[in-house]
Amino acid sequence: MSPGLDKRMSAAEAVGRIESGMTVGIGGWGSRRKPMALVRALLRTDVTDLTVVSFGGPDVGLLTAAGKIRKLVTAFATLDSIPLEPHFRAARERGALELVELDEAMVMWGLTAAVHRLPFLPVRAGLGSDVMTVNPGLRTVRSPYEDGEELVAVPALRLDVALVHLNRADAAGNGQYLGPDPYFDDLFCEAAGHAYLSCERVVDTTEFAAAGGPGTLLVSRHSVAGVIEAPHGAHFTSCVPDYGRDEAFQSAYAKAAADPGAWREFAARFLSGDEDAYRAAVAEFGREGRWPLR
Amino acid sequence: MAAQVSRAEYCVVACAEAWRGDGEILAAPMGVVPRIGARLAGLTFEPGLLLTDGEAMLVGDDPEVVEGWLPYRRHLALVAGGKRHVMMGASQLDRHGNQNISCVGDWKRPRRQLLGVRGAPVNTLNNPTSYWVPRHSRRVFVERVDMVCGVGHDRAAAAGPSATRFHELRRVVTDLAVLDFATPDRTLRVHSLHPGVTAGQVREATGFPLTVADDVPRTREPSAAELRLIREVIDPEGLREREVPS
Repeated sequence: MSPGLDKRMSAAEAVGRIESGMTVGIGGWGSRRKPMALVRALLRTDVTDLTVVSFGGPDVGLLTAAGKIRKLVTAFATLDSIPLEPHFRAARERGALELVELDEAMVMWGLTAAVHRLPFLPVRAGLGSDVMTVNPGLRTVRSPYEDGEELVAVPALRLDVALVHLNRADAAGNGQYLGPDPYFDDLFCEAAGHAYLSCERVVDTTEFAAAGGPGTLLVSRHSVAGVIEAPHGAHFTSCVPDYGRDEAFQSAYAKAAADPGAWREFAARFLSGDEDAYRAAVAEFGREGRWPLR
Repeated sequence: MAAQVSRAEYCVVACAEAWRGDGEILAAPMGVVPRIGARLAGLTFEPGLLLTDGEAMLVGDDPEVVEGWLPYRRHLALVAGGKRHVMMGASQLDRHGNQNISCVGDWKRPRRQLLGVRGAPVNTLNNPTSYWVPRHSRRVFVERVDMVCGVGHDRAAAAGPSATRFHELRRVVTDLAVLDFATPDRTLRVHSLHPGVTAGQVREATGFPLTVADDVPRTREPSAAELRLIREVIDPEGLREREVPS
């Protein structure tokens, strides 16, 4: 590998490229393989006023709680084993979050349109639903062929920056996922001006083949600007097969999020330091297996 | 036999019946009872059904045996191709079949934020859709839903031919009854009452007038073989009884 292709950097360096007001896409799905170490690094910056595009999970919750999001583009925000993301829910019920609520397929086609440098893609989704009502800017398009069908023109979801987390990557930014589902991480990377790929372990390119077949090589280096080695970087979301979701911790997160006082305590304990401090606090939590500490 | 069948087990059979005749398509159940029902259909009268493990794998009769791969991107493509019959939940449902899972109250500042629209808009316009309501009540069956996620007959018709082309609402299974849309104006009516439930009870638990024929049938009994499958093979832990307590 040419030295110029070594894109390894710290999480702080990666999120340092994010400016207030940017549109940031976040990979993963719900509470699965979210780039949480990068999200935590983003929490430590003074960046604000972001537009976030995400199949929402605790990434959306943490950024919402920290007041980083001006506008959220999503079809849902869930913790999977806990149906409702508590910070998202609270922010919506306070009327404190500008939401672009789209159907799941619309988000996928919006990202695909951005990847293909198209202004929109036609989809049979949204028609007849209140997605059209709450997004008055959505337009329809008529097929120029004999069928004459009128479909929704999902606008391209172009991203300034994408953040994703995979199981393995090499220093040049080739990313390998080893779990059951790629989600849409390749689309997020290719739809973005700059993509930052965190991974459980940076490996030599020669190690990919032994770990999985060609289909596991999800993200290609041409779409990646930075590689961040972040062991447990998806915690507390799942990163199968390296680890499953930390249900005990997620449950503590959700409980704390439901109450402002408990949340301050949670944030002080887990989110006030750097990533090493986070991992130490999580390890301590694991040993004690309870929350809150009294 | 009938006296020993629990309400949850009638619901399982009623859900299974939703997929009868579907052949080799994906059964996409959301909820414990629909999931048990889909497996029951697959193990008995509808052996062609495809089922997932709840994530990205397609599994055979033995849920440990993987027969295929269906990550979200392929799942969404499959929706658009129509080879799927989904049974979704509903926080609110109106007589036309409009469904809400997004939020309760004014969308701008909801009284209660729920899941979000998820895939309900694309589901209802592209593949057959049924609903599962584990607690039939006026909170769910409302005059008007606060946010149309799953599209009902009236809204699809108003949106035009691209919305109606593949729009197909099949049935609504609740803990009290099975409902369908076989009325002249395609609004909900009672298709069958679960044993032990009266028409009055269902009307009382529904927030709009509901057609119930005088000779409305009862939801069918599970066979002995079906009961054995439900109790010993598919759900030996009895999770169904937690979703629909007797």
